[in-house]
Amino acid sequence: METIFFYLFGGIALLAAINVVAQKKVFYSAISLIICLCAVAALYLLLESPFIAAVQIIVYAGAIMVLFLFVIMLLDPFSAAILQDKKKYLPYLAAILGGMALALFYPLLKSYNPALTPRNPDAIGGGTASLQQLGQALFSEYLVPFEVTSILILIAIIGVVVLAKRQPQK
Amino acid sequence: MELIHYLILSMLLFLVGAVGFIIKKNIISVFLCLELMLNAVNLSFIAFSRHLNQVHGQIFVFFVMVVAAAEAAVGLAITIVLYRNRNTLNVDDADTMKW
Repeated sequence: METIFFYLFGGIALLAAINVVAQKKVFYSAISLIICLCAVAALYLLLESPFIAAVQIIVYAGAIMVLFLFVIMLLDPFSAAILQDKKKYLPYLAAILGGMALALFYPLLKSYNPALTPRNPDAIGGGTASLQQLGQALFSEYLVPFEVTSILILIAIIGVVVLAKRQPQK
Repeated sequence: MELIHYLILSMLLFLVGAVGFIIKKNIISVFLCLELMLNAVNLSFIAFSRHLNQVHGQIFVFFVMVVAAAEAAVGLAITIVLYRNRNTLNVDDADTMKW
């Protein structure tokens, strides 16, 4: 059952990701990325991480992508100046680099032996992390980074307001 | 499913994102490919989190999402300012700092 769902949602995620790159119009790219993010959220559910799956849907597919769509609709991404290609060699360069990366992974996959990396059986409560364990780790072991992220978000908010309110220089 | 299946999927998603990052002209598309790469890394974090039965991977994904949200907000604000000042969204036109 898990295998079927893995290939189903993995395939959806991969096809949507390819569509993000292949699509000419950026609006459709963004919609495709939302589909990809939702499929990956389903994979998180398969990996027994329901909290992260929920956060993925709410924060990523919800808030961040809505922000993207707002900006896409605010600006003019379909104008000819943007779609104009100035560097024709870039797709070939990307194909070469991608092929090289795939070739690098081939020996890695060949030498993979699942017996060498067994699944850790004894862990937090013998099972996968529940929401309670996640919260406990977040507010004890990771308390300082958690507080620092709030400062990061504050800086981001102030930075965005300062950047967006600035008048164009004449 | 084994860990390696998720890692291969994560690798392929990252590769698609990286290739898109190189070939895309529109700065917003480049951002979308960036999000794709972050997402691929998150997937391998979660796969390892289940494989090792630890919460640390999930917490890292949580932080990555926070940073991605902040980065998207700031990046899109920069995009808007770029569009106001230069009237373009092509990454090849924003090359003042290159020289």
